[in-house]
Amino acid sequence: MIAAGALGMTERKVAFALSFALAVLGLVMAAAAGQGVMAVHGAMAMLLGIFLIFRTGGALYDDGPADERFERYYDAPTRFGIAMTLVWAIVAMAVGVWVAALLYWPEGTPAVPWTSFGRLRPVHTTGIIFGFGGNALIATSFHVLQRTARARLAEHVSPWFVLIGYNLFCLWAVSGYVLGSTQSKEYAEAEWYADLWLVIVWVVYFVLYMRTLARRHEPHIYVANWYYLAFILVVAMLHIVNNIALPVGWGVAESFPVWAGVQDAMVQWWYGHNAVAFFLTAGFLAMLYYFLPVRSGRPIWSYRLSIVSFWGIVFFYVWVGSHHLHYTALPYWAQTLGMTFSVMLLVPSWAAAGNAIATLNGAWHKVRDDATLRFMFVAAVFYGLSTFEGSFLAIRPVNSLSHYTDWTVGHVHSGTLGWVAMIVFGAIYTVVPQLSGRDAMVSLRAIEWHFWLAVGGTLVYTVSMWNAGIVQGLMWRAYDENGALSYSFIESVQAMAPYYLARTVGGGMFLMGAVICAWNCRATMRAARGEAPDRPIVAQPAE
Amino acid sequence: MTDPNVTTDPRDLADADAETGELEVDPVSGYELTGHEWAGITELNTAFPNIVVWALIITHAYAVIAWILLPAWPLGDDYTRGLLGLDQGEMAIERYEALSADRSRWLASFETGDFDAIQKDAALMIPGMAAAHRLFQDNCAACHGPDGGGGPGFPALNGDTWLWGGHPETVAETVRVGINAANDDTRFGQMPAFDWLERDERDALADYVVALHDGAEDAQGAGAQLFAENCSSCHGDRGEGGLMNGAPSLRDKSVIYGQDRATVLRTLRHGRQGVMPAWSDRLSEAEINLLALYVATLGEREAEQAQ
Repeated sequence: MIAAGALGMTERKVAFALSFALAVLGLVMAAAAGQGVMAVHGAMAMLLGIFLIFRTGGALYDDGPADERFERYYDAPTRFGIAMTLVWAIVAMAVGVWVAALLYWPEGTPAVPWTSFGRLRPVHTTGIIFGFGGNALIATSFHVLQRTARARLAEHVSPWFVLIGYNLFCLWAVSGYVLGSTQSKEYAEAEWYADLWLVIVWVVYFVLYMRTLARRHEPHIYVANWYYLAFILVVAMLHIVNNIALPVGWGVAESFPVWAGVQDAMVQWWYGHNAVAFFLTAGFLAMLYYFLPVRSGRPIWSYRLSIVSFWGIVFFYVWVGSHHLHYTALPYWAQTLGMTFSVMLLVPSWAAAGNAIATLNGAWHKVRDDATLRFMFVAAVFYGLSTFEGSFLAIRPVNSLSHYTDWTVGHVHSGTLGWVAMIVFGAIYTVVPQLSGRDAMVSLRAIEWHFWLAVGGTLVYTVSMWNAGIVQGLMWRAYDENGALSYSFIESVQAMAPYYLARTVGGGMFLMGAVICAWNCRATMRAARGEAPDRPIVAQPAE
Repeated sequence: MTDPNVTTDPRDLADADAETGELEVDPVSGYELTGHEWAGITELNTAFPNIVVWALIITHAYAVIAWILLPAWPLGDDYTRGLLGLDQGEMAIERYEALSADRSRWLASFETGDFDAIQKDAALMIPGMAAAHRLFQDNCAACHGPDGGGGPGFPALNGDTWLWGGHPETVAETVRVGINAANDDTRFGQMPAFDWLERDERDALADYVVALHDGAEDAQGAGAQLFAENCSSCHGDRGEGGLMNGAPSLRDKSVIYGQDRATVLRTLRHGRQGVMPAWSDRLSEAEINLLALYVATLGEREAEQAQ
């Protein structure tokens, strides 16, 4: 992991001191809590710290790093981040398939609290969004930033701090849910100390990003970096505002949010929708803007469209969260604003999707032949589809049919499976061979299998959820000729059985594809022939 | 589209040919490149497509029209009301009242509680029972089962034996006030704990009660004696129930918690005090009467299905 060969003596000492500090922090947490979730989390941090003490301490007096390291990009953190991406993908997708199966087969829930649907569902969402998506974003951002800045990362220890610290946050979050601890805010369920920890990690990430960008040897900042920076900055803002809370005590996991009532709902969905916007869209658009032209060998179709879609997406998205609260206690005027801004958001979103697809002009034969590029093409198509669907569902009367139904779940998964995961896999299949000094992945056939399983799984999943949601919405609002409800609620639940079964199958196909990807990446990394061949434009001065 | 860059001398542009002022052209698309390059990635200087401009105009026009018509922008302690003057609270109440008015064409007749007359009126019973079926599924089925068949802890509603009486009027009262519920007039039913009995006495009693279910009880044994002293006042002399005091018959399937030996012993030792919530705050009088009539039909449905 932390290859001593890459760190100088001072850096090794800093890494050792940080490991020690983490172990002490964990000990203090565990001691302050004494019992409960926070004590378990303190113990986890302490064990991780002790492991890192041995890891860094044991390599303290190894041979020093070669000076040539400054003539190369620093890719070891990216490799670690991709490995964590795949670990989280398999764990969180497997949990997703399991809870999908429970919806079809609720009797299958084991009679122990931690396996209940309510605890496992946030393990799936957090594991996918933060574990899978977040690691992919951080890992690829290091890769893309260095290439488009033509500069090595500004630091050697802080990338590790960011990645390890971030994964500790994810681990605290999901283990907390299993133990029954939650803040009860969707996609922000982690408890207050985990939230504070993430703020520290995020600030270090931001500083590292800015310092590296400042060292760039290119006159312009590439589009991908605009998006990565928007992702880092806005996620920090969202995370802090939504998670402001007063802990019940310094030794307990529970806390009171400062927001209450409909204001809390509004802040939560301002956060929730912008988690979709800046975590699940902006960062992945950065991936698209880098890996699509690299893989297709084509210039970005329109620089001007890039500018308009970037500023459009960044400006409009922050307004639209209130469309999650149509027909609620939220004032009508806030709903109207959310609805209209959602509709205006469609144009910049489609401009980005169209720009990506038009970039493939002149490279369609590659889309046909290269499954990796096909992943990116499908991602751009699903990005366009789900942003259209999102704007459509945000229109109030449409929302009156779709709200609270599985249509929402279908919409989210057309975005996360069809767009986010597809572009991640496209990026992984581009980066992994490059970092292994190879021309291609070990098995191209496995990529084909993965591609068709992923596309098939996504289609089965989203089509069944669209049907499920529309059936539910229509059943709930149907009245008979006497003005009485036509269906009882349980009848609408019974009607879901075939769709829930199909959804489980679709999710299972997607999971199988991810397992194949993980195997292929592992095999490729083990068959590495060296490091990435490309170099920064100028060797960085040693610090 | 006129390109604003054209107003400057193209030869001044970075990356332009200093002689001709022309940018490099992408051979595939025939479009100019911007001249930017990052590790091999380049960009075309493609003009902004007209369709995007039109799409921006249309979506913005939609938004502006919506802002004019609907409540939209906050103004400190007020907001722009919109020309249509819509208020979502008022609209919800209006629609609810319109639906209620439509339904009251026939639902109002159920408020009277004259069950015998209603039961004979097919024009009322046909829409009523269809609506009652959904009401039952939404409010009662979670405990009593979708067919009223009951389950452990929850009495069956599709048989002949009743804890408090099976006439629709009595059922309506039970629905209204509940059993051991948070309601001033609630029905009160308790099976006391017989933990003060000796263990062997409870064993004997349990054997007797288990045998009652099969009609194979030993009428002379110690169990029979204990039953007569402690149980018969509520459950009836021979455990036949039907005293309309909340105590079930011990001779038929209306038994609530189970009549195997272990369950009977647990019941004897700890007692039972089941709860049925009071529905008067949640359902209207007409809806409660509707449900009472529906529950009366459950037994008939069961009999029809058995044939």
